[in-house]
Amino acid sequence: MYNETFTSPEERIAAKLRTLYGMFGYMPYKMSKFEEYDLYARNKEFLISDSIITFTDTDGRLMALKPDVTLSIIKNADTAGGRTTTKLFYSENVYRVSRGGTFREIMQTGLECIGNVDNYCLAEVLLLAAKSLAAVRDEYVLDVCQLDLLFRAVDLVSRDGAVQSALLRCAEEKNVHGIKETAKNAGAPETAAETLISLVELYAKPDEALPVIAKAAGKLGMTDEFDEFKKVIKALEGTDVYDNIRIDFSIVSDRNYYNGIAFKGYVKGVPERVLSGGQYDRLVEKLSKKGGAIGFAVYTDTLERLDGNSYQDEAERIVYRQGDEPGAVLAKAAELAAKGIKVRAEAAENE
Amino acid sequence: MNDGGILNIALPKGRLGEKVYAMLEKAGYPCPEVIGDTRKLIFENPDAGVRYFWVKPSDVAIYVERGAADLGVAGKDILLEYEPDVYELSDLRTGICRMAVAAKKGFRDDPGKTLRVATKFSHIARMYYAGKGRDIDIIHLNGSIEIAPILGLSDVIMDIVETGTTLRENDLEVIAEVLPISARLIANKSGFRFKYDRIRALTEALAELVNSGKGGVKA
Repeated sequence: MYNETFTSPEERIAAKLRTLYGMFGYMPYKMSKFEEYDLYARNKEFLISDSIITFTDTDGRLMALKPDVTLSIIKNADTAGGRTTTKLFYSENVYRVSRGGTFREIMQTGLECIGNVDNYCLAEVLLLAAKSLAAVRDEYVLDVCQLDLLFRAVDLVSRDGAVQSALLRCAEEKNVHGIKETAKNAGAPETAAETLISLVELYAKPDEALPVIAKAAGKLGMTDEFDEFKKVIKALEGTDVYDNIRIDFSIVSDRNYYNGIAFKGYVKGVPERVLSGGQYDRLVEKLSKKGGAIGFAVYTDTLERLDGNSYQDEAERIVYRQGDEPGAVLAKAAELAAKGIKVRAEAAENE
Repeated sequence: MNDGGILNIALPKGRLGEKVYAMLEKAGYPCPEVIGDTRKLIFENPDAGVRYFWVKPSDVAIYVERGAADLGVAGKDILLEYEPDVYELSDLRTGICRMAVAAKKGFRDDPGKTLRVATKFSHIARMYYAGKGRDIDIIHLNGSIEIAPILGLSDVIMDIVETGTTLRENDLEVIAEVLPISARLIANKSGFRFKYDRIRALTEALAELVNSGKGGVKA
């Protein structure tokens, strides 16, 4: 009797994602809608938007409607001192300010891998991110960045916090002329921004991109970090998602929380990212826990307007008249529905 | 992964848009109808693989951010004011002007008072004065900014200055340069990925034109 056409696209995709994550051994994680405001106040830079809906609980504590899931999971998860790996997935509503400037309830499905996070875990999370996008649409790309290399390339230009923020903003915009101008205004030597520019200009499949990154890593004295990154990317080579992976250093995250691999996912027909994730070992550390962490979220609200997602209001109509036996009409409607035929019984218009 | 389909390009209505269209035409993306005398707003040349549309200059970034256009041309002032989530692929070095603070001739700033700033660019003004640690009162206006200090509505204005003629005619003068402005080629972040080869080809063709100085497009 289950008929997919009666579920919303977001529900269908969330169901597919839950199945995908469950098949890889991730455990469902259910959480409360509220969290103490203090957690977000202390980690505002980690949040996409720092506007939060708050209220005072019956015991006087200032509470917040969750604007984010990851913070709560890390706060509450047992990382076992980084000795074991915890794998969780969730499907939760969060409350954030939308681009229109008003609060919205946003459905978010995602996963977190916490504790002993090795290269296998990193590759597995990237695979699941790519497969999550494939579950939405065949035409997708997963763009991956190595943040430590990007941050070091920025350090090479300037150690000034304001200049670094401006450079990272330019990286996020693929704004090469902006990087040159910012470096010049900061008094950096002309060649100082070359490595950063070589990374920001890059947008290519792994096999084309890795030699460029290797060269940059050499200049940055970060060949070990590059080798680890390469191992993770190459682990995906034998999978069906490898062809949809791009290396892109415009994927920028806050360096106080994120490190290592960061990624974003796009599907054709949606003008913004539908998936975002990365390693956030520094957040784990900030919350006084041991070990590493990587995770991502799929923003299912962005998928509302994907082609073919409109609800079709077509049904067999049973028109009954005053005096018709309700039981007979009901039996007919039930018979059609049981056959899988969408049906709508309506009284005839009064003449 | 690349869409062989058409590139949607939002152009700002007016002189800047016409200059930029001339550059695009020279770069190999013509659509002669665009500059015809018509009220049409959307023009397409399937042979060149482009669809142009004219929109209000301050709306270009919105069309691009929301994916209605793959590419667009917007002034740096608009990008800084609205901070759209787009790629800024190129400085087209046209539409050159500057954002400046101006006041009545002989104006002396009293740092002991809140500075009243009239502007269309509230966000840029807020950022600029925050960087200086100055307490300001922003008076958001939508036009005729120059008369605000004359009528005592504000102490200074923050606005775009091209030649400075309007300021001079209203007995105002620039007291601080905020930043240089020029037209930028911007791209939707998703469109960039799915039409990458075509967007890169167009960006490079424009960059070649700009760098060679053969664009015939002076500020």
